[in-house]
Amino acid sequence: MEEKICEIDSEEYFAPGHRACAGCGAAIAVRHALKAAGKEVIVVNATGCLEVFSTPYPETAWRVPWIHGAFENAAAIASGIDRALKHMGKRDKINVLVFGGDGGTFDIGFQALSGATERGDNFCYVCYDNNAYMNTGIQRSGATPKFAATTTSPAGKKVHGKTEYKKPMPLIMAAHGAYVATANIAFPMDFISKVKKGLEFRGPAYIQVYASCPRGWRIDSSMTVEIAKMAFEARVTPLYEIEKGIVAISRKPQKHVPVSEYLKAQGRFKHLNEAEIKELQENIDKEWDRLLKLEETKIMI
Amino acid sequence: MKNIVQASEAVAIAVKLCSPGVIPIYPITPQTVIVERIADFVNDGELNAELIHTESEHSSISAALGAQAAGVRTFTATASQGLALMHEVLFIVSGMRMPVVMAVANRALSAPINIWNDHQDSVSERDSGWIQLYVESAQEALDTVIQGFRIGENKDVLLPAMVCLDGFTLSHVYEPVEIPSKKEVERFLPRFRPAYTLDPKKPVTMGAIGFPDTYMEFRSEVQKAMLRSSAIIKKTNSDFRKSFKRGYGNGLIEGYRISDADYAIMAMGTVCGTARVVVDELRKNGIKAGLIKVKAFRPFPSAEILAAAKGLKGIAVIDRNISLGYEGALCSELRSLFYSRKGPVIKGYIAGLGGRDITPAHLKKAIKNIGKKGTEWLF
Repeated sequence: MEEKICEIDSEEYFAPGHRACAGCGAAIAVRHALKAAGKEVIVVNATGCLEVFSTPYPETAWRVPWIHGAFENAAAIASGIDRALKHMGKRDKINVLVFGGDGGTFDIGFQALSGATERGDNFCYVCYDNNAYMNTGIQRSGATPKFAATTTSPAGKKVHGKTEYKKPMPLIMAAHGAYVATANIAFPMDFISKVKKGLEFRGPAYIQVYASCPRGWRIDSSMTVEIAKMAFEARVTPLYEIEKGIVAISRKPQKHVPVSEYLKAQGRFKHLNEAEIKELQENIDKEWDRLLKLEETKIMI
Repeated sequence: MKNIVQASEAVAIAVKLCSPGVIPIYPITPQTVIVERIADFVNDGELNAELIHTESEHSSISAALGAQAAGVRTFTATASQGLALMHEVLFIVSGMRMPVVMAVANRALSAPINIWNDHQDSVSERDSGWIQLYVESAQEALDTVIQGFRIGENKDVLLPAMVCLDGFTLSHVYEPVEIPSKKEVERFLPRFRPAYTLDPKKPVTMGAIGFPDTYMEFRSEVQKAMLRSSAIIKKTNSDFRKSFKRGYGNGLIEGYRISDADYAIMAMGTVCGTARVVVDELRKNGIKAGLIKVKAFRPFPSAEILAAAKGLKGIAVIDRNISLGYEGALCSELRSLFYSRKGPVIKGYIAGLGGRDITPAHLKKAIKNIGKKGTEWLF
């Protein structure tokens, strides 16, 4: 069940005045996730844009306890906090919420996340997926979509952007036994409900929220929410949950938007030719069918 | 009453006596027995702590950081490649002033892969902002773990500490060990009361980004704390002596027959045991030899070494490590200490790498060749 907007915590736990770019999707995601968590929370943050723009010493945007260690160890730090709370008998009172970008989650932090999840430690990990290493200047990650141009997978004369598809992180995390959900900054009520559910889940929860990055996607900063909504409608990023290995689609797009519309709205895809757009469309259709089948057959992941 | 225990077990017993609340563990030879015994204690209900079975040493030290930040005393242990994998996080733990205590069962670094003892692993972490205490016996290992918590948690220090014990040469050796009672240890080591924790009632930001206008101040605070820790280590050692009727030199260094010596061996760890025997033998032959055992490699005990070295004609430095392209690390520190000061001849030796024995013959040769130039390898 989605939250009603009137039920959302009106308190702001993520202070305004931080140094995120105009139109930063990650900042929107964090603001909403913290409203879901409330004030009885400890936040762990992997190195990335979020950590940099929110904590330039001696300033901080965090009105809740917050810790950052390194790039790849956020989940391990969360394990330590979870167990310390358990040892002190405070585990039921305080939530542990982790934020990592897609680089810090899909790639460098994957081992720590896998280990912490395998151990069944109790935390809710929110991956804000902006499709690349944005903090270092738009480099290719395991979450970058195929053919997207980044500074390390440029649209060259010979190679046309990224040559691989995105890593299926939600399915991988579901195979670990975690509560898994995908979310999107364009659907805040859905996202907030999922974060709440993730925090209530006794064990590891993984929520991957699609968070646009105007700088990296080469879009106008006014387009942040619009483009995220298009990604949903074009089925680039379906919204679903996986509980106990069973897929449930949260909502389906009302209209069918071809991926070409989503691609053409962004500078990072402007080099794509018809064949490449066709390939992406076919892949999206295939993945959507796979998701429908997973839901329909209730096959356990 | 003395018990015959393995040094690794002595470390585990010390950990039990100090009651850390969270212990992340990951196996690596020759540290493994330490975490195995700790796991026994926890699973038998003798130690009320959370074991975190991490998937790597990198995650072990990261989990220790998280637990310590949440306000719980934390211990972990590692060696060699495991310590090297922790490298990045070691600086973060010290920079964030988390007094984690970690046992390092010293072992060589690859390549070639080698599981046996030398000091390359911890010496390579010299600049990580961790207090490093090298021990010689199982008793000293037990005692130093207890002291490590008290030193690190002192509000004038707030730094992590490594207790370095030679892999196999000490970690797997059985020795008679006096095991203090829980009550005695509790009297010596107060409950851990951190000044700042991750607490929703009092939110703080830990691990913020420091720009060029603040970063240096943070680093200089760590340096000041490290320098302050020298006095705390000495005081902890003397308080320990009062409570438990044993101590180790002044806590930073330990001299053996040094006051009237002409020549001294300087070393860290178990080779000091061999050196004591060699000193006695040389003295029987009319050579006034002595030993300076360096227990604290960081903070470096400059004043204490200068005092101990007064009147010496030569020092033979035995390094179980090599800074490739230069010389042994302890030797470099000593040369730097005596630069532009009148002092003894300093001769560097590289010895005992990758588990090679350091024999009395090696140490006698080291004293004999003290006047020769250059770093010599004792194969």
